[in-house]
Amino acid sequence: MDAFLTSRIISDILEGLTNGVIYGLVALSLVLIWRSTGILNFAQGAMPMFATYLGMIVFASYLGYWPLIGISVVAGFALGGVTERVLVRHLYGKPEINPIVVMVGFLIVLEAVAAAIWSTTPHGIPNPFSPVDWHLGGRPLALSPFSVYEIATALVVMTLVAALFRFTKLGLQLRASALAPEVSRLLGVRVSRMLTLGWVLSTGVGTICTVLVASNFFTGLNPQVMDGIFAFGFIAAAVGGLDSPVGAVVSGVTIGIILQFVGDYVNSNAIILTALIILIVSLMLRPNGIFTKSTARRV
Amino acid sequence: MIEIEDLSVSYGAVQALRSVSFRAETGLITAVLGSNGAGKTTLLRTISGLKAPDAGKITFDDRPLVGEKPENIARLGVGHVPEGRGVISEFTVEENLRLGALVAKVDLGAGLDEQYARFPVLGERRKQHAAKLSGGERQMLAMARALIAKPTVLLLDEPSLGLAPLVTSQLMHTIHDLCAAKDLTVILVEQNASSALRIADHAVILHLGRVMADDAANLIAADENLHQYYLGMAE
Repeated sequence: MDAFLTSRIISDILEGLTNGVIYGLVALSLVLIWRSTGILNFAQGAMPMFATYLGMIVFASYLGYWPLIGISVVAGFALGGVTERVLVRHLYGKPEINPIVVMVGFLIVLEAVAAAIWSTTPHGIPNPFSPVDWHLGGRPLALSPFSVYEIATALVVMTLVAALFRFTKLGLQLRASALAPEVSRLLGVRVSRMLTLGWVLSTGVGTICTVLVASNFFTGLNPQVMDGIFAFGFIAAAVGGLDSPVGAVVSGVTIGIILQFVGDYVNSNAIILTALIILIVSLMLRPNGIFTKSTARRV
Repeated sequence: MIEIEDLSVSYGAVQALRSVSFRAETGLITAVLGSNGAGKTTLLRTISGLKAPDAGKITFDDRPLVGEKPENIARLGVGHVPEGRGVISEFTVEENLRLGALVAKVDLGAGLDEQYARFPVLGERRKQHAAKLSGGERQMLAMARALIAKPTVLLLDEPSLGLAPLVTSQLMHTIHDLCAAKDLTVILVEQNASSALRIADHAVILHLGRVMADDAANLIAADENLHQYYLGMAE
């Protein structure tokens, strides 16, 4: 049994799962904004990065790990809300390319400002979880207390978001505001608040993800910490379906595991190529995403 | 009661409504009739706050509505079933109804049961996406979604559009029965003048944004000149 659990295949699955839940969280944060405002936020990696700096470095250097997470997430909520009100609000109803260009520009600005203030040197974030893998029968398991913490946190956040959309009035209003803002207003939904709230929630989820990534002993916090992860998260969101939180999570985890096998069995240089092939093939077969339900209309 | 006084609305240089005035009395159906481009849809959109007027007043039980946001007007009890029904195709029947019930001060379960009893086909299809409903079923869903909020005023924009004559007839009966049973104030915008006049208590005829007639529905129904010139119903 020990030999099986520490085998190369199981090790790849566990490492892929650890990466995959992070991709799933990024994808989920993209889906949150898409479902509530219909905008693809290309600064979805940079905004949580900035919030994490605000929380981790500026406000709470000596408070310990858990308060720092809380402060970072609150900073993420605030940054998401302010961004929507100040920057994004003017872009609703404009051609789809407008928000994309603006958010790519915002990404560049945030990373440049973060580098100017905090430098590009990674800042370690000490946390209570050891990054050292457990051992079974003298062999490493490819699972550490830190990776269990990452997976558990991601699963809790994903479950809460899914429950929000599926079971609550707030989730219903968020979805309705994105799909049919005018009709929603006629039904009494305060669409303007819902749009802001979508950005608040999304940046909050993104910030939890960024804290997890930056807490990794081998990564630390730097202005580009989320760039590569955002790319894989974006692919996961597109493959799963931008309208599907479940799709975001499942495709994030699946892509994480596939890429881990590719990196281990083929070549680490083939990882990005494989991710792009997955994106292209899935968009050719299911342009709206694998998990987006068909809304074909009977006539 | 909804009272409209000297209401003027424009889209840029195009004047959609010109000094329109009339009253929609409580518990009665007021039909607003006219050909394409008469300003009927603009009138409803202005009442529900989606379009700001250039001038004029709209009052709902003596409360001014001009300047209020659509969501606030909905929360005051003004339900609007827009042209094209406005059901959210990506939502199930039940999710559409839950959305309609947001502003209602009643138990959701009781509200759903009431609407499923009124429109049994919606109960049978409660888990289906609205995109899969027929035109008549979508119209029932739009009506049920407005009614579940317990409105005191119901604005209906072309409810018969695209429906078969039999379905239209059933729909008009439903509107009539609802108005009588719930003491609803209904403003019914229709191109299908004969169907609307059959159930309306009062009627207003709009032509190019102006009120051409404002009278009891039976008197307008009997006026052949109005039919010929403004409603395209010449025998």
